[in-house]
Amino acid sequence: MSSEDAFGGSYTVRGRDFIDAGLVSSQIKKLLKDRGIPEDVVRKVAVVTFEAEVNIISYAEIGTINFYVDHKAVTIEAMDKGQGIPNIDLALQEGYSTADDTIRDMGFGAGMGLPNIKKFSDEFEIVSIVGKGTTLKSVIRTVDK
Amino acid sequence: MNLSQLKEILEAEVICGLEKLECVEIHTAFSADLMSDVLAFARSGCLLITGLTTSQTVRTAFALDIAAILVCRGKEPQAQAVEIARELGIPLLRTEHIMFETCGILYREGLRGCICDVQAGDKPCVE
Repeated sequence: MSSEDAFGGSYTVRGRDFIDAGLVSSQIKKLLKDRGIPEDVVRKVAVVTFEAEVNIISYAEIGTINFYVDHKAVTIEAMDKGQGIPNIDLALQEGYSTADDTIRDMGFGAGMGLPNIKKFSDEFEIVSIVGKGTTLKSVIRTVDK
Repeated sequence: MNLSQLKEILEAEVICGLEKLECVEIHTAFSADLMSDVLAFARSGCLLITGLTTSQTVRTAFALDIAAILVCRGKEPQAQAVEIARELGIPLLRTEHIMFETCGILYREGLRGCICDVQAGDKPCVE
């Protein structure tokens, strides 16, 4: 892929919109698949965006998921305005969760969201301010190092 | 086995994807009600066995290129889940068997886990 072929997209995710959880992930996946991105990369992007989407819906008022594809990687940024995460180390531990029953009814909220995002990312960064919101960045390489 | 054989073995009802019954071959499966675990451990091409009936089940299956969804414990997938499964072309079946029985019957018939254990990662399940 040359630099002219780079592309991306931006999606708004509304907090507590549980019905549509996963829609943005599906849309991004379809786009990447249509553009011929390798299947294993597309699956990783789908998992990362799905969990990021569920996190925004579960814990924030509103958020945005951006993705950008260039010749080396798919970069995903998820930014939200919301309660933020008081202790990121704790939130990254598998099984740690502050989810309510609505989130659990969807099959999420068992403390696997952020650990999953980290697991499927080649590079992962997260910054959160309590009472303001959270920004996370995930890079998934399309070519080997 | 293909989905048509799976339907017979489990006395399952096909909710959508009737046209794919003969052509979709299943060799591996993953069973869970927790979609985060499915996202973490399931592999493309496997059968997803679950008791979760929401649209997130279908979206999770789509994210991972899962071949088909089998809802167990006699549960009815929600209308929106069925609609999305049709839209995304993912076969959706349901069985009255509980998850343990469903898995046991399919294992006896030759299906294996899409991974053996979480440490083994992608190493295939062979005996």
